[in-house]
Amino acid sequence: MRYSIISVLSQGLRGQKGWTRAWRDAEPRPQYDVVIVGGGGHGLATAYYLAKEHGISNIAVLEKSYIGSGNVGRNTTIIRSNYLHPANARFYEWSLKLWEGLEQDLNYNVMVSQRGVLNLFHSDGQRDAFARRGNAMRLNDIDAGLLDEAEVRRLLPYLDFDNARFPIRGGLLQPRGGTVRHDAVAWGYARGADRRGVDIIQNCEVTGIRIERGRVAGVETNRGFIRAGKVALCCAGNSSQVATMAGLRLPIESHVMQAFVTESVKPLVDMVVTFGAGHFYISQSNRGGLVFGGDIDGYNSYAQRGNLPTVEAVMESAMALMPGLGRLRVLRQWGGLMDMSMDGSPIIGLTPVEGIYLNAGWCYGGFKATPASGWCFAWTIARNQPHELNAPFRLDRFASGHVIDEKGAGAQPNLH
Amino acid sequence: MRIHCPYCGERGVEEYSYRGDATVRRPDANGPDALERFVEYLHLRDNPAGSHQEFWQHLHGCRAWLVVQRDVRTHAIESVIAASRRVAR
Amino acid sequence: MMTETQPFRLATGGLVDRAAPLNFSFDGRAITGFAGDTLASALLANGVRLVGRSFKYHRPRGILSAGVEEPNALVEHRSGSRREPNSRATVLELYDGLVATSQNRWPSLRCDLLSVNSWVSSFIAAGFYYKTFMWPASFWERIYEPMIRRAAGLGRTAPAHDPDTYEKATAFCDVLVIGGGPAGIAAAVAAGRTGARVILCDEDFVLGGGLLGDKADIDGGSGVDWTRTMAGELAAMPEVSVMGRTSVTGVYDGGVFGAVQRVSDHLPEPLPHQPRLRFWRIVARRSILAAGAIERPIAFGNNDRPGVMLAGSVRTYINRYGVAPGRRAVIFANNDGAAGTLDDLAAAGVDVAAVVDSRDGSSAAVSVAAARHGVVMHAGAMVTQAYGGHGLRSVEILTSDRQRERISCDLLAMSGGWNPTIHLTSHLSGRPRWDEAAAAFLPGSLPPGMTVAGAATGNADLNACLASGAATGLAAAHDCGFSGRLPSWRGHGSGDGQCHQPVRPLWRVPGARGKAFIDFQSDVTTDDIDLSVREGFGAAEHAKRYTALGMATDQGKTSNVAALGILAEITGTDIASRGTTTFRPPYTPVAIGALAGHARGMDFHPRRLSPAHPFETEQGAVFVEAGAWLRAQYYPRPGETWLQSAEREVRTVRGGAGICDVSTLGKIDIQGPDARAFIERIYCNNFAGLKPGRARYGLMLREDGFVLDDGVTMCFSDTHFVMSTTTANAPVVMQHMEFHHQCVWPELDVQLTSVTEQWAQFSVAGPLSRELLRRVVDRQHDIANEAFPFMSAAQVTVAGVTARLARVSFSGELAYEIAIPAQYGDSLLRELMRQGEAFGVCLYGTEALAIMRIEKGHVAGGELNGHTTAADLGLGKMMSAKKDYVGRILAQRPALRDPERPTLVGLLPLDHGSQVRAGAHLVASGRAANLENDEGYVTSSAFSPMLGRWIALGLLASGNNRTGEIVRACDPLRGTESLVEICSPQFYDPTGERLHG
Repeated sequence: MRYSIISVLSQGLRGQKGWTRAWRDAEPRPQYDVVIVGGGGHGLATAYYLAKEHGISNIAVLEKSYIGSGNVGRNTTIIRSNYLHPANARFYEWSLKLWEGLEQDLNYNVMVSQRGVLNLFHSDGQRDAFARRGNAMRLNDIDAGLLDEAEVRRLLPYLDFDNARFPIRGGLLQPRGGTVRHDAVAWGYARGADRRGVDIIQNCEVTGIRIERGRVAGVETNRGFIRAGKVALCCAGNSSQVATMAGLRLPIESHVMQAFVTESVKPLVDMVVTFGAGHFYISQSNRGGLVFGGDIDGYNSYAQRGNLPTVEAVMESAMALMPGLGRLRVLRQWGGLMDMSMDGSPIIGLTPVEGIYLNAGWCYGGFKATPASGWCFAWTIARNQPHELNAPFRLDRFASGHVIDEKGAGAQPNLH
Repeated sequence: MRIHCPYCGERGVEEYSYRGDATVRRPDANGPDALERFVEYLHLRDNPAGSHQEFWQHLHGCRAWLVVQRDVRTHAIESVIAASRRVAR
Repeated sequence: MMTETQPFRLATGGLVDRAAPLNFSFDGRAITGFAGDTLASALLANGVRLVGRSFKYHRPRGILSAGVEEPNALVEHRSGSRREPNSRATVLELYDGLVATSQNRWPSLRCDLLSVNSWVSSFIAAGFYYKTFMWPASFWERIYEPMIRRAAGLGRTAPAHDPDTYEKATAFCDVLVIGGGPAGIAAAVAAGRTGARVILCDEDFVLGGGLLGDKADIDGGSGVDWTRTMAGELAAMPEVSVMGRTSVTGVYDGGVFGAVQRVSDHLPEPLPHQPRLRFWRIVARRSILAAGAIERPIAFGNNDRPGVMLAGSVRTYINRYGVAPGRRAVIFANNDGAAGTLDDLAAAGVDVAAVVDSRDGSSAAVSVAAARHGVVMHAGAMVTQAYGGHGLRSVEILTSDRQRERISCDLLAMSGGWNPTIHLTSHLSGRPRWDEAAAAFLPGSLPPGMTVAGAATGNADLNACLASGAATGLAAAHDCGFSGRLPSWRGHGSGDGQCHQPVRPLWRVPGARGKAFIDFQSDVTTDDIDLSVREGFGAAEHAKRYTALGMATDQGKTSNVAALGILAEITGTDIASRGTTTFRPPYTPVAIGALAGHARGMDFHPRRLSPAHPFETEQGAVFVEAGAWLRAQYYPRPGETWLQSAEREVRTVRGGAGICDVSTLGKIDIQGPDARAFIERIYCNNFAGLKPGRARYGLMLREDGFVLDDGVTMCFSDTHFVMSTTTANAPVVMQHMEFHHQCVWPELDVQLTSVTEQWAQFSVAGPLSRELLRRVVDRQHDIANEAFPFMSAAQVTVAGVTARLARVSFSGELAYEIAIPAQYGDSLLRELMRQGEAFGVCLYGTEALAIMRIEKGHVAGGELNGHTTAADLGLGKMMSAKKDYVGRILAQRPALRDPERPTLVGLLPLDHGSQVRAGAHLVASGRAANLENDEGYVTSSAFSPMLGRWIALGLLASGNNRTGEIVRACDPLRGTESLVEICSPQFYDPTGERLHG
């Protein structure tokens, strides 16, 4: 049913009894045109755009747990397109544009809040690098502004300006960046896809991929074999495992990244702020909790939990940046599994196996990419060729050297 | 997590630095398919969800590079040896 | 029976010191409690029942519990820069002068305007915001969101920087015991008697746990007496430490536990030199979780009214604090704990109006107690609704014969059974399992080395607690190689009945009227769970996320399990199949300050200082952060700007001599028979021919073919080299080399040692530099031009002290770098300056250094940015074709050999007065400034004093072939644009004559 102020009021009067399921609890059918493995943000968005943009609706999204159980529900909810590399800038800007119209498109309030993303810099060298990035953004028609210390002080007076080990010299601001209510993204896309006929099948784990004569035939699941014309892999955190079922070896390591939320407090931080002298970023949710995170733990892990030294390092950055937070309490910490790719950029495209499409390697940038990832992946699946936006994110770029290494860190995943 | 350095004893993970998969070996640069082998060496990983052989360095200790066998689901460490003591190819 | 000043305080009993009154204030009202009180017990003693407002509906709330699980009684504790929002009154230890203020209400606690949310609550059920606030789109950021954000949140953070300090510490032990109740004490004593190193952490400020809240006797004495005896014994054991006020908050891999010790939270402010909190990392070989259990509320209509309390907490207020939480009580329970509650209430003189036992069959224990006290007993009955606004006035019950009956009361003691406190067992991904017999979640797979004792096992019977504590304590010590005898104690407690868990849990009362809360703080009701299921959010995690259940400051301690139970009921499945929510650290919320410790302000990161830092400070240097280093940026004379100072320094160097501290450059000592072979594989250029006494510029690639670093390597013998690296990359290069040595080519016999900090190093540059050095370097060393030409390196002495001298130049001038053991660094610089006075020498900083290297087109951080190849930097010819080296093969990939790659160029603004800034992008002239036409960017720029104009280096597509072309340098970020001419990057002395001067 359509959501509106009218439906909310009328259901209020009827004791909320008339609401129906946001998506059907579908049973798997024997055959689909497209099977999407992974019911996270990217998989559900892919299904939605396949149905909406390409008229393909005989689709199943297979999720081994409940939808949104992966990183779409365990991230720090930031959206932005403040990238240096042209491929990234174009792609993430398209994502941001899709975010801007997403609620009306989905008829679901995912609370896209364009409150601004500010990257602080602390040295001349960092300023120059940010200027290069900001100018690249401006050349791509992306909003960006370079603030000096006084302007940052005016915006965020509670930062430590006067006794800082790494003094704040200014910041690169993207006003259109912001946050989104993360879980709602999965639910909104699920509802949108369901309304277009997509089967969303939870508790359905893919255990094998059947390949016949070099072409994909379908997937084995804990609920039986499902034949499929095309199989699209969207299973960040387990990409290597699933790809192995198709005989693929990926340029990916699985790592854990932690995030934290504090107790709810009245509004304090009204934009997304990143600290340039440590890996740290912070925003405040609409419930009032400060949401923040730092670097990945730094070693291969499939355990959704983090280590204590990283916790401490993140809190040290928090206190270095905002010394007023000392008495605020951390309420929860959690770890998400990251596909860390070898150049820090994702892989969206074809694979050597005909009919298998890969969407992986998002490092910790996957959430903000959700709409564009789904949109581009849907295009790639529907037309069997990448869209120009995702063409640079090909699997074989490491062989050709066309790496998309935003940080210039080289082929070491834990440095990206 | 705590890692037992063969030289220094058990130390917290904060003293160590991680490098990744230790099963890959630098290929022969003069081999006929060197480029392809080097692309694989540097980029492709088994990335198993289980026992993983990996390089660590006791960075804030003796600086020895270690080969650690660790279950990446449980972080249980099965063995640690000095990388330089590994049996040569 | 009650004292006059504290109308609900009992005349006797409890662990409070009636001779030690403490004055405190709540919402500005002056109140008195006693030493030993919590804020909650003191408020209850004074009849204060309304303490807070709920998150969403702003409903009036009181005190539900007596522990960390408290969802309702949250206050702002302290004021000013020490203000702590969301502090739980139930665990806040009272001290004289404590100031507490209610929160999340306006204008006052009694009259909160946002309680209007309660009236429109039928329209704002769970998830309503996903369905509205979408029109028009632009209203979200401007109208809806600010409104929602202002209404949400609870307390306010401190308005200024935290004045208190925090500390971190590490402890090691054989056995860590978590929880200081009967089981934890028994475990610690059993383990401690074996001689094992034991740490007992207890979150409370008095040891004893459940023994304090219930009436208990052990071996003939009271539970409190037993606790004191045991505490005395533990205190006398040298290998045992008992840490009170210490909450173990997280379990981490490798037997590491995080714990927060509240050193000063019970004091008006920390004592001198004491932190407010101390965060402990405890490394334990074995651990025993004896964290007890948390009572379950029951969901019925208006079950959130102040005066509705957990039964065990009611007993605690009576027995521990000597407070009667009401005057006329009703007991509502589904277990035999009601008997003990009734006994304790009666003993405290509270009038018990009725006992409502939800179980169908009459319970002997409860019936007998009711009969003994002459209290009406309703078996098979339920409380369906509570009445009263700011405080409970009556309850409605539904009797077993379906009659509704109203009973007036101001206290309802409810118990829906108990949830073992097993949070820590699942921090390493262990999944709790539902135990049908215990009707509770019990520990599933445990963290390695952990065992569970006491009520956390699901059995809260005091004897069982003592026995399981003793057994696990001894077993844990035994595992660590200690042996001893199993202690044995016998006891009985007034809470024992509660361990006779109900056959069936009672999550919610059927036929309840009004809002029945599950998560009190987040205002999640049973109807919200119904709605979640209706809309397809029936998976445990979906329901939680959809309703925000468990997201409040109590972390769902009283709501998570109930929600699972209700979900199971609604969907007709069993609770085990609903899955369980994962408990994550921290067990209780932890202050950010504690986890940060002293790493804040200037102590955020260590500072590395050059050995000559004192002298440079005396000389008026302005320092700048360079990674962890502080480097002299420029040395202004009075009245000079940084640019004027840097210009003067450049002119002085180029006109005479200057000295720059380059101690921060990485220095790696490389020795061994295979030293040269190793260097050959690390650098892309040839080092085979480098003779002793010579130095060479080297370029290092990553294995992926991009440039990693550059620097000069000196050869002192065939088996001894000293490599220098850039300041920024020194640690990375060292690690890179160690990796390749130990992991890739362990067969090479070579030793690498970082000697960055062992040597101070100065660049002495300028036409007069040789003359200056002649006065400093001991006379026997011939450094004449012929004897010591460009790129020479030698061991020399300065005043008899071993030093190293190399004739190398970054500035383009005749220049040397002289290194001396670090302890002589400051002296050497002073001596150089003293001798240099005759030559008009000056100190120059990193600004002048940068200007001169740009004038010479030398690459630095702006160009060595991880994106460039050797060829990009004009250094392609250095890559040897005759040897294998790191990066050789992958540098041959097509994208790295693309002739259209951006390469290093010099840039000169056509307008001599105009500035080009680093970060500007280069666009072919006549083309639009957009991404399609973006051809590169400015990597570094400077005002050249020698050329009298701005100059810049940049990376430009096919830049090698474009000399003389005019391009646009676009800097839309700063609103400037200029036309620049492409030129050679060597702006000054392109033929290098000055080097050889």
